[in-house]
Amino acid sequence: MDGFSWIVLSPIKQEIFLSLVGMLLLLVGAFRGKTSVGFIVTAVVVAACGAIAGILSGDWTPIDTLSGMLIVDGFSEWMKVLILSGIVVSLLLSVSWLRENNLLKFEYPILVLFSGVGMLFMVSANNLLSLYVSLELSSLCLYVLAAINRDHLLSSEAGLKYFILGALSSGLLLFGISLVYGYSGTLSYVGISSFLETAESMPYGIMVGMIFMLAGLAFKISAVPFHMWTPDVYHGAPTPVTALFAIVPKVAAFGLIIRLLVGPFAMLAQESAQIIMVISVGSMLVGAFAGLVQNNIKRLLAYSSIANMGYAMLGLLPNVPEGIAGTIIYLTIYMVMVAGVFGILMSLKRNGQSIETISDFAGLSKTSPFMAYAMTALLFSMSGIPPMAGFFGKFFVFQAAIAGGYMVVAVIGVLTSVVAAYYYLRLIKVMFFDESAGNVDENTSLSRHFVTVGALVFVLIFTLLPNHLLQRAIEAATSLFS
Amino acid sequence: MILGYIAVFAPLVAFLLAGILGRKCGDKFSQFVTCTAVLMAAAASVQLFFTVILGSNPHTLPVMTWISSGNFNVDWALRVDQLSVIMMCVINIVSSCVHIYSIGYMSHDESKSRFMAYLSLFTFAMLMLVSADNILQLFFGWEGVGLASYLLIGFWYHKDSATAASIKAFVVNRVGDLGLLLGIFTTFIVFGTIQFDGIFNAVTDHTADRFDFFGYQIHALTLICVLLFVGAVGKSAQLGLHTWLPDAMEGPTPVSALIHAATMVTAGVFLVSRFSPVFEYAPDALMIVCVFGAFTAFVAATIGMTQFDIKRVIAYSTMSQLGYMFFALGVSAYSAAMFHLVTHAFFKALLFLGAGSVIHAMSDEQDMRKMGGIWKKIPVTYAMMWIGSLALAGVPFFAGYYSKDLILESDWASDSPVGHFAYYMGIAAALMTAFYSWRLIIMTFHGKPRADHHTMDHVHESPLVMIVPLLVLAVGAIFSGSVLYGGFAGIPHQKTVESKATEIDEIESEMKEATQDQMEHIIKSESADAIHETVWNKEAFFGKSIVVLPEHDSVAKAHHVEKWVKLLPTIVGAVGIFLAYLAYMFIPSIPAAMVRIFKPLHILFFRKWFFDELYHIVFVKTAAALGTFLWKRGDGQVIDGLGPNGVAALSQKVSTVLSKFQTGFVFQYAFMMMIGLMVLVTWVAHAMGLFDLIPQFLNMR
Repeated sequence: MDGFSWIVLSPIKQEIFLSLVGMLLLLVGAFRGKTSVGFIVTAVVVAACGAIAGILSGDWTPIDTLSGMLIVDGFSEWMKVLILSGIVVSLLLSVSWLRENNLLKFEYPILVLFSGVGMLFMVSANNLLSLYVSLELSSLCLYVLAAINRDHLLSSEAGLKYFILGALSSGLLLFGISLVYGYSGTLSYVGISSFLETAESMPYGIMVGMIFMLAGLAFKISAVPFHMWTPDVYHGAPTPVTALFAIVPKVAAFGLIIRLLVGPFAMLAQESAQIIMVISVGSMLVGAFAGLVQNNIKRLLAYSSIANMGYAMLGLLPNVPEGIAGTIIYLTIYMVMVAGVFGILMSLKRNGQSIETISDFAGLSKTSPFMAYAMTALLFSMSGIPPMAGFFGKFFVFQAAIAGGYMVVAVIGVLTSVVAAYYYLRLIKVMFFDESAGNVDENTSLSRHFVTVGALVFVLIFTLLPNHLLQRAIEAATSLFS
Repeated sequence: MILGYIAVFAPLVAFLLAGILGRKCGDKFSQFVTCTAVLMAAAASVQLFFTVILGSNPHTLPVMTWISSGNFNVDWALRVDQLSVIMMCVINIVSSCVHIYSIGYMSHDESKSRFMAYLSLFTFAMLMLVSADNILQLFFGWEGVGLASYLLIGFWYHKDSATAASIKAFVVNRVGDLGLLLGIFTTFIVFGTIQFDGIFNAVTDHTADRFDFFGYQIHALTLICVLLFVGAVGKSAQLGLHTWLPDAMEGPTPVSALIHAATMVTAGVFLVSRFSPVFEYAPDALMIVCVFGAFTAFVAATIGMTQFDIKRVIAYSTMSQLGYMFFALGVSAYSAAMFHLVTHAFFKALLFLGAGSVIHAMSDEQDMRKMGGIWKKIPVTYAMMWIGSLALAGVPFFAGYYSKDLILESDWASDSPVGHFAYYMGIAAALMTAFYSWRLIIMTFHGKPRADHHTMDHVHESPLVMIVPLLVLAVGAIFSGSVLYGGFAGIPHQKTVESKATEIDEIESEMKEATQDQMEHIIKSESADAIHETVWNKEAFFGKSIVVLPEHDSVAKAHHVEKWVKLLPTIVGAVGIFLAYLAYMFIPSIPAAMVRIFKPLHILFFRKWFFDELYHIVFVKTAAALGTFLWKRGDGQVIDGLGPNGVAALSQKVSTVLSKFQTGFVFQYAFMMMIGLMVLVTWVAHAMGLFDLIPQFLNMR
């Protein structure tokens, strides 16, 4: 150990900076109480933006630090930008809603920030230990966030469910880690990788350990059959928290999974592909079919996210940079679309009450045409209709799956996306053709409007820049394989 | 050069202007625009007649690339050769007359703009058809005229019968179009191109090509020709696919004159003439064409004798005359067929517009049994109908006399069994033609008035705007035969090829020097016999646009047939006229007596040989039954039941089942996770073949 010199710490200066900001703001909140909420939110947003700027301007050459506990490369930087943008966007979406519903506590932005810091560590974890610790850091914050409306039955139930099942998944993950460690004798990614390369026969223990680990991580991205918490938590948690859940943690967990599959378990690519395939197909099927009968829009979005995670996983099947680039782009596009949809969802209120069921959207095209048209564009994009961004996302992952020879899975994906299109189109039908359910309140939040318009512009103009983005994503993904 | 573009595209511009702006700018605007455009096109085509035909200057005008895919290239281009210019002249002149006539005829109609726009659309499509440089462009025009015909037959769409007739016309034509399409495909397979020059220049290389079809060896060129002829049968209402033509009379009368007499129905004749280089090498196909034409001419004439609707009589007459054209084509007398096409266009359009004038005068009455005794009240119309009928019946020195006699003589001169058969059928049809023509005139104009008092008081001569087009067409019906005879038929005294060629060169140089006025003067002056003999000569007239093998040249031989062959058509025409007078003017009891004596025959003719009834039972009913079966059982139960509805219902069920898993109990969720984990481990173990290792483990113990 050569101590905590600047050389060791500089690659993770953003994380350190954000942690320090978080702790400082915690103090501010503790002493100043409720009055400081506005300041804290602003500070978190500014700090996150600063961190994004720092990452974008920084050096993206791969470097590992803290004795190989963490690694910083093009991939992790890309994911970090995504995560931090997600944090900023979800805070922008949340504030007005929380204030309107009397939920804006000073802990909220700080929890979000700490969770974000945990996720930043997740995507650059290079050791099973750092993996677990960073995952727990982010998860613990999220458990609290899910139950932040503690006076509300559904919210506390959601938090509790998420916590219990999360603990179970952590148990699975830990058990898997212990198996891997037991058979390979090391926790470092590089060590596991080189152990597998030199192993004479197939170490089944490590294989089973990997399955347990992937099961634990699949919980975080709400993939079938570890998805059961998702509808309940999405439904029960306050809408801004749901938005946060939908937008950010999945990206981080995906980053973790990708790094695991490409790094330590690269030699087990065949086995991991089998797992990914089962999980992916299951997610696509359940996400598409179970969504058909949902009436609550948040539950619907939960199933939609399950299905979307299934699609995103398609890109991981062939274990090549192009496929991973497809997944990254898919996640990016998905994040933007979901942010837009939640922006609209939180904007829509009737007599001060948030609207949550699909029938509440009836006749929205007449009462609030901009919202209706924006929602339509976003839903078209989600169902993958060209030239919206969502089409390209699906296109890239399907292309990757087909190029890798996973034709059947790709076909299932296309068919389920047809089924899923039903519930998106149904919402559009309700908005445009059903009798109006009454006027909606005026949207008062500028930040929310900003997010919605931004998402809308993104899905509409994406068709002009897919190649550029794909190129950058391939570069980021290639850095994993070096 | 620009003339070709004007002649074809002026009506398109008119259609777009009248179609788009018609509602805003009013009916006057539409009428003005369309009439001006078509008159311009007509003037341009007449000009082309002088430069292209008399000046022997066929050329192709490029428009733009249409399809370019691999070795399949199709261009939009205007083929301005002798054949297409003849058609352009006919189309544009008749169309101008009809456009102007329509201003008067449709004066009481609500949607004049729409009518004028459709007429211009039709004109453009027809011009596109005749000026096509490849079969696909021809097909574009072919379908375009079909569309315009559909729109115009059903112009009074609030009338059920009109709607039904328009649909019938479209559907029956589809049968023919299928043949044409197959013909186009076959042509592409055989020749590798659909461009006319490419096809015609390569014909001699493919005379021995054969298709293997279920063990049968089919001559490729014959197959192409027969398929193209199927298209012609549909469009030109030849026997079998003719049933739409009489019903098409539901459309306004100017439409009947333009589309269903003068131009569109002759597209089949044009098609066969255009493909003469191919047909010449497919004698079997020519024989089929000849037989079809002969039967059509005969059958249509028999029906025409018994009908009472004035327009239907003329419609069957049209069908019969088209039969003439086809049996002329069948003996390689393409120029004779084209000749009859031209003269027929004039006198049949005249007859239709005359009939329209009568209908207009009789307050929209079409049944001849309710007419009569009006000839003094509408003398000009009466005279026009006479001229038209004289031309139709082939009375000497009227247009029809020259062309019909040429056809009959050519058939006789061809010295083939089918040719002689066609000759006799044609003679029989000629007798009947003369008979029903005068039956029409006498029933319509003479005798005691059979219309009610109210109608008779209203009988009036049509306005000038309707009379002038009639006069123009009458001039054509009288003189087009004698003036154009030399060009279409050649002159009896054959000259040697060399002397002809030199003379043609002389004339050409003369033509180039001569100004337009002088040229017209030259053409019209009868004293210029030398020019007349050379330019008005079949070979120079058609150039390379029609190909006839020397041994098939029945038109040339037609000048040398026996005297009686030449005289017979005129004699039977006179007899027919005499019989009509006898039966309908002098001894009015004859028709009833004849009907009584030949009752079965009369029923057969009157009921149009039961074609409609037969088709209704064989095709319409079975198609409807099949359709109902496929709709209710096939589509409704099988496809919808198993497909959309079934899958949707199943999806809903699956969805409900999946929702049931979502119980809300944490322990069940945890249980699901564990089960899922087990499944994953098992699946991977299975996929990696670990279970196969179990026996080994057991053995080791």
